[in-house]
Amino acid sequence: MRDAIFAKIESANAALKTKAAYPDYDMSLVHSLPKLEGSDLWEIFSRNFKYVNGKTMTSVGELVDFLKETKQLHGYCDPALYDAIGSQLAGAGLTVETEYHRDRYDDYQFGITRATGAIAESGTVIIDDDRTSSRLAALSPWVHVAVLDRSEVHRTIPDAIAAFGDSSNIIWCTGPSKTADVEGILIEGVHGPGEQIALLL
Amino acid sequence: MIGTQLIDDYARNISDEKQQSVISGSAAGTNKRYQVLHKDYPDPDAIRKLAASIKDHTLHHLGDYLAKAEQALVSRGVNVHFASTDEDARQTILSILQGHGVTQLTKSKSMAAEEIHLNPFLIENGVECLESDLGEFIIQLDGDEPSHIVKPIIHKNRREIARTFQREGIAADYNDDPETITRRARVYLREKYMQAQAGITGANFVCADTGRLALITNEGNSRFGMAPVGVHIALVGIEKIIPQEKDLAVFLNLLGRSATGQQLTVYTEFINGPKSANQPDGPEHMHVVFMDNGRTDVLASNCKEILRCIRCGACQNVCPVYRQASGHAYRSTYGGPVGAVLSPILFGSRFPELADLPKASSLCGACNEVCPVDIPIPDLLLRLRDKAHRAHIHSPAAIPMSPFAVLATSPSLWRTAMTMSKAMNHLPIQVAPIKPLQDWLGQRTLPDSHGGDFRKWMKNHKPTHKP
Repeated sequence: MRDAIFAKIESANAALKTKAAYPDYDMSLVHSLPKLEGSDLWEIFSRNFKYVNGKTMTSVGELVDFLKETKQLHGYCDPALYDAIGSQLAGAGLTVETEYHRDRYDDYQFGITRATGAIAESGTVIIDDDRTSSRLAALSPWVHVAVLDRSEVHRTIPDAIAAFGDSSNIIWCTGPSKTADVEGILIEGVHGPGEQIALLL
Repeated sequence: MIGTQLIDDYARNISDEKQQSVISGSAAGTNKRYQVLHKDYPDPDAIRKLAASIKDHTLHHLGDYLAKAEQALVSRGVNVHFASTDEDARQTILSILQGHGVTQLTKSKSMAAEEIHLNPFLIENGVECLESDLGEFIIQLDGDEPSHIVKPIIHKNRREIARTFQREGIAADYNDDPETITRRARVYLREKYMQAQAGITGANFVCADTGRLALITNEGNSRFGMAPVGVHIALVGIEKIIPQEKDLAVFLNLLGRSATGQQLTVYTEFINGPKSANQPDGPEHMHVVFMDNGRTDVLASNCKEILRCIRCGACQNVCPVYRQASGHAYRSTYGGPVGAVLSPILFGSRFPELADLPKASSLCGACNEVCPVDIPIPDLLLRLRDKAHRAHIHSPAAIPMSPFAVLATSPSLWRTAMTMSKAMNHLPIQVAPIKPLQDWLGQRTLPDSHGGDFRKWMKNHKPTHKP
């Protein structure tokens, strides 16, 4: 079957008088300049992340207040982030697990996982299989907290693509999970998180 | 041949409720798209022209790029399969599932899978196969067909959906609040994700240099469908290839904006292999099925530009015929302007039956104007009309054009006809026993003819000042 398909492609294209060349283009063509206004990457990211209904936070205290206020009191934290974040949550009276149990997927109200980076231009957090502790912990809880380092914010979408590296699975999350399938009305939290938080560490 | 076209009959017979849903849903998409593109880019036209040239280059060298993508995927531990026909694709997927002992799976929205009617086939063969995109899930519960590429249930309203959920036992009671509907689907589907052993997806793009598949959803359903399972199968049309990862920046920026007015779709996933060794969640086995199913026939046709299509649905949103008739009127997986071109050639054996679709257009050009890969849809529609004419396939036209053709090619006949047309003002044409004419006049008032007046005025007119 493979050979038959390649033979049909060759015969279809053999009839072409000229073949289109690969265009030489400058990536700046696809940069959205209004989205990129400003000089500090974290500030640009924050503005655009808010635009897609994400929330940015710069301290664990802020996160604790938010989780208490919204009554999201039990969740998961990447064991590598426990000392920096999970322990403070536990100290403030929240319960934190460092192992995700699939059979209790609905028990976790929040999930704190490591983001590999972010994109300032689009307000996107990047999660990479090689460096994040659990895909499900970033999906099943209502609140997902992506933990970011300031140095990991890419300026543009092309910059983030150029930095893909070797990981077999990379995902960009640009805001909470959402749909407009029912009469075009926007509803957040369809399958994944209804709150997407980027926490700067 | 005089008569009404099938699509006219369809438009006339759909309920007001359904037509209103389609009209308002498609208009909303168009307005948002314009605003976002023009706010973000000084010259969006240059980007779509670039996208068109990247796609053309890829299609003209498709054999090379497809082989390159295959090689990259294989080198990363992915099983690559090829399927010539829809039947080949269905059998390939079934045998992969059987090989892994899969009896239950979830599937994220894929036009390629719609095209080969994968769900009913897998269910017949004992595999529980559930759609996870909210719209597609509702379509599956109703035994319906999607009517829009991006908004599959554009033709349904909340009341219908609430009734479906109650009937199918997704919810105990009737509730048509969109948020409640969504929450109920959330609870039902996540249980299914966790039970499933495999996830089936399509792919929006495949980068030839690294084999990376780009998979796009707003709901996160494809991400969730694959996180707890051991097997991922991606069914991909061979035209989805792009040369390099860097080209993704061009296409992703265009796709989100053209489809839903978003800069980027919420979940954009890039996959070129099984999960990482240290990752607890995700498939250990990945299969990619590259499918032809008529695409090489399209490539060999004089309408190959339609293979540039990135399935954004913008041409559907803007088309006056689509808005009135809805996607189902196009009688195949792909509705609207893209479907009117693609369906008759992609499903070549059905050409005689679908040859009327290229006539279901006023050639207003709105579809080309919004197309993010600049497909000259009106030109392609004309080429297909010509193809039908040459093959002696005559589908009815609302108004016969051959007398007009005779008049329009002879200046003297035209002049005579113009002068004579004034006689029409005194004829009772509103009662003439010609059905198509009556249908046409039923919704319009014909103004009085002033044939020849302009020519007379022009001839006697003296310029008042020199330019």
